[in-house]
Amino acid sequence: MRTARRSESSNTGTARRSESSNTGTARRSESSSMRRRLRSFAIEFWLPVLIVVLWWVGSARADLVFYPPLAEILGRFQDLWLFDRFFTDVIPSLRNMLVGYALSCLVGVGLGVVVAQVRIARHALEPLVHFLRSIPPVALVPIAILVLGFGPEMKMTIIAFSAVFATLIATLDGVRAADPVLAEVTRVYRVSGRDRLFKVILPAAAPQILSGLQVSLQIAFVVMITSEMLASTEGIGYLTILAQQTFAITDMWAGMLLLGILGYLFNLLFTLAERRVLHWHIGMRSQAKTH
Amino acid sequence: MMTGVMTEASIPEQTDQRLVIEELRKTYGTGAAAKVVLDGLNFDVRSGEFVCIVGPSGAGKTTLLKCLAGLLPPTSGASYLDGIQIDGPPEKLALVFQEYTRSLMPWLTVEKNVTLPLSNKGISKRERRTRAQEALEAVGLADVPSKYPWQLSGGMQQRVAIARALAYQPEVLMMDEPFASVDAQTRFELEDLTLRVREQFGITIVLVTHDIDEAVYLADRVVVLGSAPAQVREIIDVDVTSPRDQVKTKADPRFTELRSRVFELIRAR
Ligand SMILES: Nc1ncnc2c1ncn2[C@@H]1O[C@H](COP(=O)(O)OP(=O)(O)O)[C@@H](O)[C@H]1O
Ligand SMILES: [Mg+2]
Repeated sequence: MRTARRSESSNTGTARRSESSNTGTARRSESSSMRRRLRSFAIEFWLPVLIVVLWWVGSARADLVFYPPLAEILGRFQDLWLFDRFFTDVIPSLRNMLVGYALSCLVGVGLGVVVAQVRIARHALEPLVHFLRSIPPVALVPIAILVLGFGPEMKMTIIAFSAVFATLIATLDGVRAADPVLAEVTRVYRVSGRDRLFKVILPAAAPQILSGLQVSLQIAFVVMITSEMLASTEGIGYLTILAQQTFAITDMWAGMLLLGILGYLFNLLFTLAERRVLHWHIGMRSQAKTH
Repeated sequence: MMTGVMTEASIPEQTDQRLVIEELRKTYGTGAAAKVVLDGLNFDVRSGEFVCIVGPSGAGKTTLLKCLAGLLPPTSGASYLDGIQIDGPPEKLALVFQEYTRSLMPWLTVEKNVTLPLSNKGISKRERRTRAQEALEAVGLADVPSKYPWQLSGGMQQRVAIARALAYQPEVLMMDEPFASVDAQTRFELEDLTLRVREQFGITIVLVTHDIDEAVYLADRVVVLGSAPAQVREIIDVDVTSPRDQVKTKADPRFTELRSRVFELIRAR
């Protein structure tokens, strides 16, 4: 459900971008672009708003054990997360996830760039990478507990390990698919190794790398929650599963709500960052479409 | 192994030879799939000279330029820049690629594209910007430094690629069919621009083209290649008056004569 909404909003996002770049040259009045923005905002949000209203109204009267009124869930949400459990559970969860994710980004992109340069390394590594990445992350929890215990290191490691492959494979593909003319340009003009990496190789592969990073982010989030549900004494996932096991159903819903909101925010932040990094790519594509 | 000897042998007296090409051969692939593309080329380019290499499509012109630019190792034979054997891209040399759209970085602005090759030259950031500005001015693009290449027309992109080469301040400028995919008007403009650049910067230019008119119009000497495997058919002195002019030069009977001569050489089997 989250995925569906995301792709829908990113579609309207590109449509809006190319429209505004067309009209930008025509210098339409600002109020009309403002109205347009409001309208697309309305189009994106009417369904979620309707669902929340229906949920609110429907759950207010019903007397079902597993579906407490939304008003109560929101109350518990506020009590739990703002800010009673915020520092003891939300922060550690986010820290584990971000450290694990950052590690997977660094290793995935770094290793991907290096391996892509060396044909033999690529051939040797590819089957292994595809094998490792097809192990479901959950299956790694038992061995991770044995080796690393129940602490945050275990979670960071397992998050990093699960998330790294999407970025690694995307980086390999992106670097390999770069136009060979660019490599010749950097050779003829004797561009330094550093500039070659940061101004040519990485930007050329950036569209693929970023879609890999986005998949990694989603995996990191899922694995963060799963590892807490399976083996933890703190964290959002732990509290949510604990609430379920102790029949604190409203708390469980409050936990799920927080997870939903966090997942949405992560994706939103990522998309904003991606638009900044790939602004040239977006501009180039919308240019190609209009010509 | 005998390069030292050959170098000295090939430059008998203190001439102003910039580029010497000796028995240059290039074969793609090995064994049964081997394909000879360059079949023992010999010619030279003098300092400050404008040499055009003309030959039919697929003759091996790009292959030749890539060997001269140090991007491809020759199968045998060698080329020398100022007496030094070329075995990698020489510092004094810039190349304008045939695929000019693809040779610019779409994520860098025009100015950053032009300064990219300069950061390794040990010059200050200000000097780099000045050089970029001057080069862009020289190609008539002073007002677009903060645009992206894909926001420009094909002809303007080609100017950026030329500006990038100029800012690099090479002693030898190589150009691979630089005007093949722009419209006729732009093409004439860019041809004259290239002649002006040669005057202004006093550089040696080697330009590859399949267009006979262009070769004769631009060059001091034309090297005519036959179709693959390429050999030098003939080297023609273009004794047409300079400065060249798109209308007057092309109406000059000597120009017409030379053009027919090149055409016959290329057509001959
Ligand atoms: N990397 C390569 N591997 C194998 N064959 C090649 C390669 N590059 C070019 N060729 C072949 O060599 C011949 C000459 O190519 P090229 O130098 O590009 O010619 P031109 O620039 O004169 O059109 C062509 O037949 C082409 O197919
Ligand atoms: Mg070619």
